[in-house]
Amino acid sequence: MTAPQRPARKLRVATTSLAGCFGCHMSLLDIDERLFELLEVVELDRSPLTDLKHCGRCDLGLVEGGLCNAENVHVLREFRKQCKTLVAVGACAITGGLPAQRNSLDVRDCLQTVYLTGPSTTHARIPNDPELPLPLDQVHPLHDVVRIDYFLPGCPPSADAFWELLTALIAGRTPQLGHGLMTYD
Amino acid sequence: MPTLETAPSTGGLRRIAIDPLSRVEGHGKVTLLLDADHHVQQARLHIVEFRGFERFIQGRPYWEVPVMVQRLCGICPVSHHLGAAKALDLVVGATTLTPTADRVRRLMHYGQILQSHALHFFHLASPDLLFGFDSDPAKRNIVGVAAAQPQLARQGVFLRKFGQEVIRVTAGKRVHGTGAVPGGVNKRVTRAERDELRAALPGVLEWAREGVRLVSSLHLANRERFDRFGVARSNLLSLVGKDGALELYDGTLRARGPDGEILFDGVDGQQYRSRIEEEVKSWSYMKFPYLSALGPETGWYKVGPLARVQNCDFIDTPLAEAERVTFRKAFGGAVTHAPLASHWARLIELLHAAEVIARLLDDDALSDGPLTTSGPRRTEGVGVIEAPRGTLIHHYKVAPDDLVTMCNLIVSTTHNNTAMNEVIRAVARDELDGHEPTEALLNRVEVAIRSFDPCLSCATHALGQMPLVVDVVDADGRPLASVRRDAP
Ligand code: SF4
Repeated sequence: MTAPQRPARKLRVATTSLAGCFGCHMSLLDIDERLFELLEVVELDRSPLTDLKHCGRCDLGLVEGGLCNAENVHVLREFRKQCKTLVAVGACAITGGLPAQRNSLDVRDCLQTVYLTGPSTTHARIPNDPELPLPLDQVHPLHDVVRIDYFLPGCPPSADAFWELLTALIAGRTPQLGHGLMTYD
Repeated sequence: MPTLETAPSTGGLRRIAIDPLSRVEGHGKVTLLLDADHHVQQARLHIVEFRGFERFIQGRPYWEVPVMVQRLCGICPVSHHLGAAKALDLVVGATTLTPTADRVRRLMHYGQILQSHALHFFHLASPDLLFGFDSDPAKRNIVGVAAAQPQLARQGVFLRKFGQEVIRVTAGKRVHGTGAVPGGVNKRVTRAERDELRAALPGVLEWAREGVRLVSSLHLANRERFDRFGVARSNLLSLVGKDGALELYDGTLRARGPDGEILFDGVDGQQYRSRIEEEVKSWSYMKFPYLSALGPETGWYKVGPLARVQNCDFIDTPLAEAERVTFRKAFGGAVTHAPLASHWARLIELLHAAEVIARLLDDDALSDGPLTTSGPRRTEGVGVIEAPRGTLIHHYKVAPDDLVTMCNLIVSTTHNNTAMNEVIRAVARDELDGHEPTEALLNRVEVAIRSFDPCLSCATHALGQMPLVVDVVDADGRPLASVRRDAP
């Protein structure tokens, strides 16, 4: 594994999880102690690891998870606007992933199953409040809505795949996912 | 005292949103409604996402389920994996697992506890405790910790790495593995893998002990503040093992009242429905569980490390037991409801997990023996496990054609829903009321929520609907979908 090449200045990187499970973020943290090397050459902007609530101008954005509600679409657009390079990370971002299993189902039917007929449910009703963002009737992959520069497959992509992506982009070359880094589970 | 759950009237109130909640796992936000004098009139934690797992699991073959449900949460996938496997063990008639399956699953589970607790403390929550709740938000993160206390940050990273490696050797991969199957496991742990993990143990145990020392001294040095911050008295719920030992993989349900009196004990997880009900509220996708016997007003409870360490009678590993005794003594033997004491309890459990892993790695059943077992088929099973964040319940019904017909999940964070809401209301009342809400003050609300280590991702398995319209357009601005939901 090569160490990241030191760029002229620290690159700003933002990450977010939309309709995902955080597993992709966990796999990124699975670079383990290489995290400290990475932090020498990048600065984190908005990310679940920081307290920055909005994305500033960034060199790179990593987006985990697909789009299942209006809020997801909003955050994705913010990331596209602010990030020079945007990467769809993991199966959910690339295809909708497991949450897209609900695409063949009627949303109303799902709501009833969960909130009206769940076996231990009392005060059965369907949540409905202006604070809750609108669910989309279908779960969409990111590239349905914005231009995506790179796709990193896997559920989640392995830590080594993240490392190749990041070190390549930091060095200004095109990432090459060789044997063993291209996975789909 | 006003409950602050619902403002008497929302007219003229100013809305403040903490959105997204950061340094927590998953998607949630807090809204506060303040009047002209900054008095808090309403405070709510909303879970804003839905995924509908309970519905789309219906119709899937049961053997897919332990692998599918992991995708609820990438931080505690093993808990869902094992919760589902335990429920489905009963469906395939495996009432007692083979020793190999039992040990491999336990090892996986304690690896999960260790990595998740390390992640929560070192990567997410420690900046608040090390730098102060009101410190510079730009530095209040793991990068700040790495700069200020590089040794500590490295220990955190290495602890998490060890837990993840335990998961890898038992489940095949670090995130979303496949080790458990209904009726057992699909692989053993080789002697070479055990030796490799064993070699790392001395460091792991030492760092785990240092972790407890650090958190307990932070707590004791700031007692005035930590003991009173965001306190909300509640009942406690967790599994306990034989003789009342702390037990995270299997056991029976025990509940205590706010002062520690036992409400029920020895309850078989299969009977959860006779003890727990869930209320739905209009403003959150997460349900609000409570103990049925007490009702929704007073029946809500806490799960997770703070509940477990105080619910059990002892811990069966010596280092953690000594720390538990110290912890209980520090509070005069009384039950503490201080959210910040959760960090202390969590680190005690981390140490316990390291000790259990050490014990299991010496067990040759990990490497030899049959993997699975089965018996007469059943149509229904409930799996209860103590996930890092607390009691996790998976409940399935399976038809003779092997397809799932019903799935009900009560995840740890859902159990804590009312408790988290009450804790943020306590902070709102004690700390924010009457003040202009600054970033620093609002971070205190998040500090309180973070103490639960909420897994909001797990909590979003449900589906919901809102009366709004959204247009989805593609990259060129062409409409892709217009999504509308009719008002109910
Ligand atoms: S791709 Fe897999 S690991 Fe990543 S968010 Fe989706 S379910 Fe989780």
